[in-house]
Amino acid sequence: MSPESALLAALAVPLVGAALIALAGRAPNLRETVTLATALLLLGCVLLLLPAVLAGERPAAALFEMLPGLVIALQVEPLGMLFALVASGLWIVNSLYSIGYLRGNQEAKQTRFFVCFALSLAATMGIAFAANLFTLFLFYEALTLATYPLVTHHGTDKARQGGRVYLGLLLGTSTVFLLPALIFIWHLAGTTDFRPGGILAGRLSHGELAALLALTVYGIGKAALMPFHRWLPAAMVAPTPVSALLHAVAVVKAGVFSVVKVVVYIFGLDNLASTGLGGAADWLVVVAGFTILAASVVALGADNLKRRLAYSTVSQLAYVVMATALLVPLGVIGAVLHIAAHAFGKITLFFAAGAIYTAAHKTEVSQLDGIGRRMPWTMTAFAIGALSMIGLPPAAGFVSKWYMLSGAMAAQHWVAVAVIVASTLLNAGYFLPIVYRAFFVAPAPDAHEHAHGEAPLPMVIALTITAAATVLLFFLPELPLALARQMLAGG
Amino acid sequence: MSVAPHLPALQVVLPLLAAPLTVLLRRPGPAFVVAVAASWCALAIALTLALQVQGDGALSYAIGNWPPPLGIEYRVDALSSLMLVLVAGTASVVLPFARGSIEREIPAAQHYLFYTMFLLCLTGLLGISITGDAFNIFVFLEISSLSTYVLIALGRDRRALLAAYQYLIMGTIGATFIVIAIGLLYLTTGTLNLADLGRRIGSDGGTRPVLAALAFLTVGVSLKAALFPLHQWLPNAYAYAPSAVSAFVAATATKVAVYVLLRFYFSVFGDAQVFARLPMAPMLLLLALAGMFAASTIAIFQTDLKRLFAYSSVGQVGYIVLGLSFDSVSGLTAAIAHLVNHGVTKGAAFMLLGIVAASIGGTSLARVRGLGRLMPWTSAGIVLAGLSLIGIPGTAGFVTKWYLVLAALEAGQWWLVFLIVASSLLSLMYVWRFVEAAYFREPRRDIVPAQVPLSMRVPTALLLALVVIFGLDTTFTVDPAVRAAEMLLGGSR
Repeated sequence: MSPESALLAALAVPLVGAALIALAGRAPNLRETVTLATALLLLGCVLLLLPAVLAGERPAAALFEMLPGLVIALQVEPLGMLFALVASGLWIVNSLYSIGYLRGNQEAKQTRFFVCFALSLAATMGIAFAANLFTLFLFYEALTLATYPLVTHHGTDKARQGGRVYLGLLLGTSTVFLLPALIFIWHLAGTTDFRPGGILAGRLSHGELAALLALTVYGIGKAALMPFHRWLPAAMVAPTPVSALLHAVAVVKAGVFSVVKVVVYIFGLDNLASTGLGGAADWLVVVAGFTILAASVVALGADNLKRRLAYSTVSQLAYVVMATALLVPLGVIGAVLHIAAHAFGKITLFFAAGAIYTAAHKTEVSQLDGIGRRMPWTMTAFAIGALSMIGLPPAAGFVSKWYMLSGAMAAQHWVAVAVIVASTLLNAGYFLPIVYRAFFVAPAPDAHEHAHGEAPLPMVIALTITAAATVLLFFLPELPLALARQMLAGG
Repeated sequence: MSVAPHLPALQVVLPLLAAPLTVLLRRPGPAFVVAVAASWCALAIALTLALQVQGDGALSYAIGNWPPPLGIEYRVDALSSLMLVLVAGTASVVLPFARGSIEREIPAAQHYLFYTMFLLCLTGLLGISITGDAFNIFVFLEISSLSTYVLIALGRDRRALLAAYQYLIMGTIGATFIVIAIGLLYLTTGTLNLADLGRRIGSDGGTRPVLAALAFLTVGVSLKAALFPLHQWLPNAYAYAPSAVSAFVAATATKVAVYVLLRFYFSVFGDAQVFARLPMAPMLLLLALAGMFAASTIAIFQTDLKRLFAYSSVGQVGYIVLGLSFDSVSGLTAAIAHLVNHGVTKGAAFMLLGIVAASIGGTSLARVRGLGRLMPWTSAGIVLAGLSLIGIPGTAGFVTKWYLVLAALEAGQWWLVFLIVASSLLSLMYVWRFVEAAYFREPRRDIVPAQVPLSMRVPTALLLALVVIFGLDTTFTVDPAVRAAEMLLGGSR
């Protein structure tokens, strides 16, 4: 198969898969087989693209022209390649986990769940491979809508409330900020194509550039930059597999991915950095730094495990934004690596949270005393994920944090350096106590306990795989590094 | 003798002759066949004319061979051909749908009358779009209005009578204003032909009676177009009319009124540059914004879906007039494209509501609870139409929003950009009223959905498909709209 057809297949496979899953709704085993097969096939398509991209090719395909000069088109570049690899690879693991979770908790409407999941992945592929900002915007909105039924899966009043915040903030920011920015960029440059070096060079003054950057970055609400981060904790009403793949990987990474992509390919690093008075992105470093610290402080005080993880995600996403906004190559490499590293680590943490909920029906951190003895696999995986979040070896988070810190130093941005150091301590402050409780504190004697062991096998397998991948990425970060370097090399 | 040169006349004459024929036939079956045949022929003619215009430029047809400006001229150009296709196309889709719909909503003895009135309404709307004569516009406007009053009064709810009466009063006031305007124009210029009027008013156009005519015309047509705050008749009329009528009228009637506005502002008063010399733009802009925000806000608090979508229509007219007020190619493109995009979207929405009404006997938000489970396809269709009203990319509504924002950017008015996009969040809120009722509530126990015939489902699906197609491929909406916009502005500068 040629790279071009593999590219189209990457979009078509999950769509066709969604239809087949809907058709197989009556037979759960067949349905789950279709889901897994679709996920495997999708990863296959994405992998087929990899050699071509590494060789410097840029497979492309135009779908159709919506307005004159405004084409819905796909093109693979290194950053999108990495994002697609992470999302499609983790979809397989997550499907495995979902099967265990949904059956273990006897969730309703499982067919709708799997259909929407496949649709979300199709939208994610569209975002990853978008050749221009317009196409990205199209799939970005599609992803919001496709994930809405997943967030509100339980159909309760609480889910409805969460859904309102989710939809209101995500559609609100993208409509009010991103759409005008997009049309303005088109109006200015006559194109919205992602091009190395950007398309806005020399068209705007320093102030205008900073303002447009603000519109774009805040328009990408999925990056959860404060003060538009509230949708992410709100989305935690969803079943845990949704929080795991979508709100640790696909959706939030689509956000920061879009930010990196816009900064690198629309604004251009040099363009942003060169406009006197310091970079036009300086304010962004400060805002992102504030988000990192503030979200960490909130996480520190959260007793609900998923809420703590959600705020940790808000903080970790801001790392990516901050590292990008430094506008130095090392920082951007760190940002790109962190997209992958955080994905593996955070999905492991969510998997563990879901496993605890399924096996022990516990949702609060304060209930977790001694749980490591009953669920050693789960809590070991959790510990690895936590290490990655803090940025300690031997976990992937260390590598990305190393690059980000180097970037901050290279840019001589001491605020950023301080933020990274402080937040590392905060991260340790809210993750290590959980690990400590799980393994070293004896369960309270009067606690109402029921006998339980590990969660269902598919879930344990899934979280073991992602934890192993987190460690593996520490020892073998070559692939993401190569892709990140290629992106900066002007590819 | 070949038919081809007489197509402009046939466009109007065919449905006009078919109308009395349905009265003679009296039986619903044959009347239905005649009506559908007439509307499909009208669509074929409209498409043929559109192709001809695209190739050869504007067509002029002298009725009875009296050359204009003495006789009545039918004139087909980029804008009017688009309107003809919209009106005839909507009729062609709604009529097959109507049969199943009115069986449940109108007593059998009145069925043939429904078709008669529908054909007359179609005649009127087509006539307004094609004629190049000011008084002729008034005549066709009355034909379409009078038949619409009857159509609305056919609704099974007794409140339909009151709604029709309300519309009758308001519509008549509007028509009176229009006829006063045309009278004034005739008195000062001595001609009724639109092109000739434009020439005679010329570039000075400053005499007081001409300006008075412009004012009367603006108010009169705004009433017909339901421009805020002259929209009072619309919500009741749409809510209590039979579903098929709501669908047809919502998709076409206000649009044709806006067409008249465009025609007079740019073809007749184009050389006079009224936009540059009078505070027309700020006035229209304010009314449009008020409509967009007020009507959309009111829509959020409705308890019946038909009323909700009716108020949404008032808001959407605001978008169209906003585009018009920019007085630029992008703005007019947005306005004209939205005539089509919103026509298709709202037509589909009201047809879907017709299916809902036929199936579960009502469209109140309390009644559609759990609709997502009872009628998954219909429910998904309403959501899709709703997404187009919000302007989600990939739907027809997005295209309009794009051009509106572009027009505001070109004019350098950033505050307007944000108002436009913010107003679409209001649409999100009223559409989500339905989503939350349909997907988060349990269905009422006593409701068992009845089967709805295929003849209602297929046309609705067709229109819904157009909502998506027009959102992705704009060859049939934006291209003609750009041509029409350039033509309207080209005449004057």
